[in-house]
Amino acid sequence: MAKTKTKRSTKATAPLTTRTSLDAKGHREIYRYMLLTRRLEEKLGNLYRQGKVVGGLYRSLGQEATAVASAYALGPDDFLAPMIRNLGSMLVRGVQPVEMMRQYMAKGDGPTLGKDLNNHFGDVAGRHLIAPISVLGSLVPVMAGIALGGRMRGDSIVALTYLGDGGISTGEFHEGMNFAAVNKLALVLVAENNGFAYSTPTANQMAVDSLVDRAAGYGVACEQVDGNDALAVYEASCRAVERGRAGEGPTFIEAITFRMKGHAEHDDQRYVPKELLEKWAAKDPLDRFRATLLDRKILTSEDFEAMEVEMRAELDAAQDLAEQSPPAPPERALEGVYYDTPRARDPRPRIL
Amino acid sequence: MGSKTTYLEAIRQGLMEEMRRDPAVFLLGQDIGTYGGAFKVTEGLLEEFGAQRVLDTPIAETAIVGAAIGASMMGMRPVAEFQFLDFMGNAWNMINNFAARNRYRWGQGVPIVLRGPCGGGVHGGPFHSQNPEVYYAHTPGLKVVAPATAYDAKGLIKAAIRDEDPVIFLEHKFLYRRIKEELPEEDYVVPIGKAATRRQGGDLAIITYGAMLYKALEAADELAKEGVECEVLDLRSLLPLDEEAILQVTKNAGKVLVVHEDTRTGGLAGEVMALINEGAWEYLDAPPLRLTAPDTPVPYGPSMEEFFLPGTGDIMDAARQLVAY
Repeated sequence: MAKTKTKRSTKATAPLTTRTSLDAKGHREIYRYMLLTRRLEEKLGNLYRQGKVVGGLYRSLGQEATAVASAYALGPDDFLAPMIRNLGSMLVRGVQPVEMMRQYMAKGDGPTLGKDLNNHFGDVAGRHLIAPISVLGSLVPVMAGIALGGRMRGDSIVALTYLGDGGISTGEFHEGMNFAAVNKLALVLVAENNGFAYSTPTANQMAVDSLVDRAAGYGVACEQVDGNDALAVYEASCRAVERGRAGEGPTFIEAITFRMKGHAEHDDQRYVPKELLEKWAAKDPLDRFRATLLDRKILTSEDFEAMEVEMRAELDAAQDLAEQSPPAPPERALEGVYYDTPRARDPRPRIL
Repeated sequence: MGSKTTYLEAIRQGLMEEMRRDPAVFLLGQDIGTYGGAFKVTEGLLEEFGAQRVLDTPIAETAIVGAAIGASMMGMRPVAEFQFLDFMGNAWNMINNFAARNRYRWGQGVPIVLRGPCGGGVHGGPFHSQNPEVYYAHTPGLKVVAPATAYDAKGLIKAAIRDEDPVIFLEHKFLYRRIKEELPEEDYVVPIGKAATRRQGGDLAIITYGAMLYKALEAADELAKEGVECEVLDLRSLLPLDEEAILQVTKNAGKVLVVHEDTRTGGLAGEVMALINEGAWEYLDAPPLRLTAPDTPVPYGPSMEEFFLPGTGDIMDAARQLVAY
């Protein structure tokens, strides 16, 4: 049963040669989170096609290594803010698949009680997650503020967030990056250069060749990594986290990767040349990391099979649970705007 | 004892006392440290609290509000200064999309205060005179206050800092050094959401806020010489509005004039009049009127600015029409 699922071109995929301090457990966990990201998103894709997802679905296919391995470099006290293609980073912080499913289906017991969509949820006190907003770049100054607040409270924390090649065209990115640099804040910005911002190629976002060229002017440490090499992303992120913790200021990491799906599920990405997709399919981050784990004898083919079987059961159970969840009661729409006001006024007119 | 405190000093005192009370309170903004702020509201605070808690920032309103939001989620109580509220609009995305809806979206409050000078009358021209309150007062999740007295300036800045939600604190620059009063020695706050009656009178209610309060009071004194007694209500809080007080003064007088310095279309007067229509229709003895600035930018030249701003004479004219109705 599991045989057909795992049929893939691993023979053609060379193992990574990246040197790393990561132990065997770390290798296994990063791979597992990457696989869980992919399988969970596939599951969400099924729910989307069944009309059960409310609104759009945004995939990170081909970018799983960037999200997972960067988040894996953080300590438990550090803070993370994902963007839309960083579902994997949330799993690393402890988000459960059932939460993501409830959120995508607008369930009343989802993490935002049905009030916001996709991965727009956070958990400051517990998992140190800051919820994203749809406006690109906005998390950069906010995470600079997380780092500032942490420093003022005497906590040695690092704040990590993400942005794409499109998002770094925003003023929010510029202002936030500069603010973090001037104040030497422990901010790690993982900039995913994934080729396209919706339909706009990177060449139309900027006149320089790479994102690090753009970031260098802020006076922050810059690194460029292969975003489809989980170990390279992990190592660069560890260096950035150490720099931040040592008070040496922000780091800008450009992760070169590729968006293997459209902007969202509705988008067939016909504007992306086929050759590009073929080229990047051969660099699939899961295939490469799997080959590495086999090569380093950390996991066997049987282990991968078992992981798939276990994960499928876990996700099926999560789906059953999520589908049983009720929608939000309509009048909850009025609740929670202010701390000291339980409900907004019902706007339906009444003659007083 | 007996010394009087200006509106500007009252804000500074409020900030200082809150910073002494709670180490989580800190200030950030442009030129607020060494220079003490463009209007000197934060003068002396760097010396007492140090550069960490009186943080000079780049000229980047989005970064200022964003950093305040982030720090607030870490348990801090940031107070961000804007040199002019005309420039706060640069951070509109952070204020509206992030700060205002964060609690509603995922339950995480953003207790920040965004403060700075607004208003005309000082020949500041189109970019140093605006009254931007209605953009914020139209945004669920924010609170908006506009003190008109030194007592309220101090009491409301303290209430704003202690509030669990983002508060826009409008300081009318015309009042900074022009008004002063004796303030209590002891700690006090002015609750957000409560208007204050500044004058009693049964013939007509004037509802206003900010620097217009003084023109309303001046007009009321003049009208009293004609035998017309005006009740003057100072809203103080623009979001939430004190509906109970608005309806009460309407019921008392039966005739209402709403006055504000902001422009007319979509201005807060429309909202106040709608509340009156809904809640006190049968008490009205005349159509509620509004007196506002015209729908133009704030002009620079003194003759035009004087024409632009509602004046004491304009208030008296409107009041006489209502009395005669």
